[in-house]
Amino acid sequence: MKPAPFRFSRPEAAEEAVDVLRQHGWEAKVVAGGQSLVPLLNMRLTTPSVLVDINRVRDLDRITTTGGWLEFGALVRQRRLEDDPRVVAGCPLLAEAARWIGHPATRNRGTVVGSIVHADPAAELPLLLVTLGGELVARGPGGMRTIPAEELYLTMLTTSLAPDELAVAVRFPLMAPGTLYAFEEFAHRHGDFALVAVAVVLRPGADGRLAEARIGIGGAAEVPYRAREAEGALLASDAVDKAIDEAARLAAEQAQPPDDVHASREYRRHLVRVLTRRALYKALAGVSQDV
Amino acid sequence: MTGVELQSLPDRMEIAVRVNGRTVRRVVEPRLLLGDFLRQEAGVSGTHFGCEHGVCGACTVLVDGVAVRSCLMFAVQADGCDVRTVEGLEGDPVMQALQERFREYHALQCGYCTPGMLISAYELLLRGEARDERSVREGLSGNLCRCTGYSGIVKAVLAAARSGQAVAPPNGERGG
Repeated sequence: MKPAPFRFSRPEAAEEAVDVLRQHGWEAKVVAGGQSLVPLLNMRLTTPSVLVDINRVRDLDRITTTGGWLEFGALVRQRRLEDDPRVVAGCPLLAEAARWIGHPATRNRGTVVGSIVHADPAAELPLLLVTLGGELVARGPGGMRTIPAEELYLTMLTTSLAPDELAVAVRFPLMAPGTLYAFEEFAHRHGDFALVAVAVVLRPGADGRLAEARIGIGGAAEVPYRAREAEGALLASDAVDKAIDEAARLAAEQAQPPDDVHASREYRRHLVRVLTRRALYKALAGVSQDV
Repeated sequence: MTGVELQSLPDRMEIAVRVNGRTVRRVVEPRLLLGDFLRQEAGVSGTHFGCEHGVCGACTVLVDGVAVRSCLMFAVQADGCDVRTVEGLEGDPVMQALQERFREYHALQCGYCTPGMLISAYELLLRGEARDERSVREGLSGNLCRCTGYSGIVKAVLAAARSGQAVAPPNGERGG
């Protein structure tokens, strides 16, 4: 349970980090919080030759709100999602879901960007990125680019980042005042990876209808995804609260969850239905989870 | 840009880590876990490894004032940092109150999880998050105990919180 040997790079600037990645490609791995990567190293599930520790890279620890986005630099720790007033005010769904991410000690060190790029199918932050429609900001040898959520996740633990690219920030659209939201997760023990998680964001429109409906499902596929048919049912309805059961049914029907040692396909499908229903009721009631 | 070929990157580094107030200077491999550095190089064996992949919490220590899992951090990453283990919090009033309540409420049997449990509980108290049974159970959910069944631990932490020993976060800092 000790890692294989590796060489250590401790750059102090993003360009330096990218240069190491360019030189070593898939043999180099970036470490920031390490809460997802180091377990893999300890179990020798991955044995990179070079570890690029970015904890000393300048200017990556900022939270900023500009141009309608809430942006987190690559070194922003997950703990700040719970505490920072800009998160609570600008994107309250993130603040609410934060207490479900790992445990306090892992949130002290683990980073928002790190969880986003680690791409665990049952992780909360990738689900929230897809649900809210956020984007990743990456720096490579050729310069910067942004990757929208729908282009980021290819399959489990795999993003569209190139081996010589460093994720430097992630941004989420600011949630407009009056947006309804909820987050539901089921795990055997608090802090475990979700068996299924559901995030819901609803924007009320005119005459009791919805202007926008976003239902994100996590843990039920190789990547988090939006339950489009369920969203459609809500948008088509003129009495949204009466469409909840139908939306939950459609979300479960659309799901193709894995069958594994933690839960059967049928159980996960059941969880999709129950959690979607609960999240929609909670969002429409305008009730946040009591922390 | 200076060469970053494999051979020019270090496979051994000199680091200086302040452990319980004392600077420990060593040359180590980058893959040496912080917990192993504390136990073997710094000679503080209160910190235990239970799983070595971040799920059991037995290895939890304070690094620059916040609780972290010492199995998920390399010693080289703690270069220049201030690390506190249970041994280094002797005499701290919050830790003392916790330890007395642990004894009173039978919150330990074999003691293996206890150092990590105490550090996690200590941080809960400092953050004012030990409000009720639910918040304590949630806050300690990252620390596994195979002996006690947790109820003594929960009672001890709540008793410590209510004894008035919980204080505001030091220097107004919170978390990462």
